[in-house]
Amino acid sequence: MLISHAPLVRPSEITPRDVYLNRRSLMLGAAAAGLSAAVAPQRAEAAQLEASPSPLSTDEEPTALEHITNYNNYYEFGTGKEDPAKNAHTLTTEPWTVKVDGLVSRPAEFDLDDLLKPVTLEERIYRLRCVEGWSMVIPWVGFPLSEVLNRVEPLGSARFVAFETVMRPNEMPGLRAFFNVLDWPYVEGLRLDEAMHPLTILAIGLYGETLPNQNGAPIRLVVPWKYGFKSIKSIVRITLMEEQPPTSWNKQNPREYGFYSNVNPEVDHPRWSQATELPIGQGLFAKRKPTLKFNGYGEEVAHLYAGMDLTKFY
Amino acid sequence: MLQSTDVAKKLRPSPAVRFRLLRAALYWVGFAPAVWVFYLGFTNQLGANPVRTLEQELGIWTLRFLIATLMVTPLRDLTGISLLRYRRTLGLLTFYYALLHFTTYMLIDYRLDLQAIAADIVKRPYITFGMLAFAILVPLAVTSNDRMVRRLGSAWTKLHRWVYLAAAAAAAHYLLVVKSWPMEPLVYFAIVAVLLAYRLGKHLRRRRRRRPAVA
Repeated sequence: MLISHAPLVRPSEITPRDVYLNRRSLMLGAAAAGLSAAVAPQRAEAAQLEASPSPLSTDEEPTALEHITNYNNYYEFGTGKEDPAKNAHTLTTEPWTVKVDGLVSRPAEFDLDDLLKPVTLEERIYRLRCVEGWSMVIPWVGFPLSEVLNRVEPLGSARFVAFETVMRPNEMPGLRAFFNVLDWPYVEGLRLDEAMHPLTILAIGLYGETLPNQNGAPIRLVVPWKYGFKSIKSIVRITLMEEQPPTSWNKQNPREYGFYSNVNPEVDHPRWSQATELPIGQGLFAKRKPTLKFNGYGEEVAHLYAGMDLTKFY
Repeated sequence: MLQSTDVAKKLRPSPAVRFRLLRAALYWVGFAPAVWVFYLGFTNQLGANPVRTLEQELGIWTLRFLIATLMVTPLRDLTGISLLRYRRTLGLLTFYYALLHFTTYMLIDYRLDLQAIAADIVKRPYITFGMLAFAILVPLAVTSNDRMVRRLGSAWTKLHRWVYLAAAAAAAHYLLVVKSWPMEPLVYFAIVAVLLAYRLGKHLRRRRRRRPAVA
């Protein structure tokens, strides 16, 4: 028999000191962005976000907030799954700017508030499949990346989009480690058509509230048909380019992590199978379930890869 | 009138009893982490991915006891402290943890999906190494009792040298299961490497002494 002990205070209800101190600026920032910045009385750390439901959401049951916010890969804050939840409170997310440059007619450095001003926030409940073989269902709050790209007007020569995570050794213990597990800053990339796809979003929240730092605050990419590491966190720069940009895990081990990294049960990781996945948060006796090609988004995205050998372009 | 030291002497257990008591204590302390982690698992307190946490904890404790077992000899050589009498207990604790780790993988993680497990053993080097290490530990555990030590004689010593290969395989198993190069598996790998290098050095020195170089 399983006995479930509900903790008296959920970790998510404890306000980290820094966040508490930053609360005012966070609220002001959200208000300036024209969002409904009502702060729930019990949850002082995050601003509530108003988002409309999306037909692109899955109807699967979302993973518990506690697990989404305590089981993370964000190596800038440590390689342990619980390290980001422990350490990421040191990241300052206010003020925040995102530079959008490269092959565009109107390059710009956006204040986060300015970036968010014209967008309509949607709730997108997406499956997330980690390359390590586990999965979650996450109710993101965000908007299509294409809206930002259209604002800066990509040039005809632009074929790829590169992304970069903030790099602050004094706020990120993983960057001060004995040696670098990855080449910092963390970088990712998409083909332009992947970036413009309606499923591809920039997320600023989850479960109706602004993102916790460990989940990539204040703004991150979400590409639901690719392995989780493609969905780069805490973005400071988006660059349009002609050539395929370098990506962090691919640089670290090109044999194991391709540029595309589409979820694909038929192409195994060289060291482990990708045929099944373990759903997070279902206890000790959770059953592994079969992994779906393109993480179940094949109908929407398979055409992007028509004619490509996915065992070669993994 | 009795001196207090005499009382102490009288109450002090014989060396054999003391050994048995200490050995029992070692088992109790040794099994505590397993009891604790299974308790957390069955009461749903192992976080988001409890199977992985359970496997990792049992695996790391296997490696810790294996390292403790391999440290008995260098500890005696270098400091004169001999824990030789407890080495069998440490070795058996290693085996029991390996067995729990293996059983968790087979029953809870893969639910005896033998086809998937067989594919893992063939295709996944980290599983191959893990299975190899476990396969070696089984005959070592089976032959660990006094009767087998006596019966096998010098063959026993030879057989139990396989523990070195098991240690190398176990350390490689841990290193290969993770993405990138986080610190912990590297540290364990380094400790095992040093312990094996110590043996190799000792072996080479002994051989040189036995066969002096021709001038």
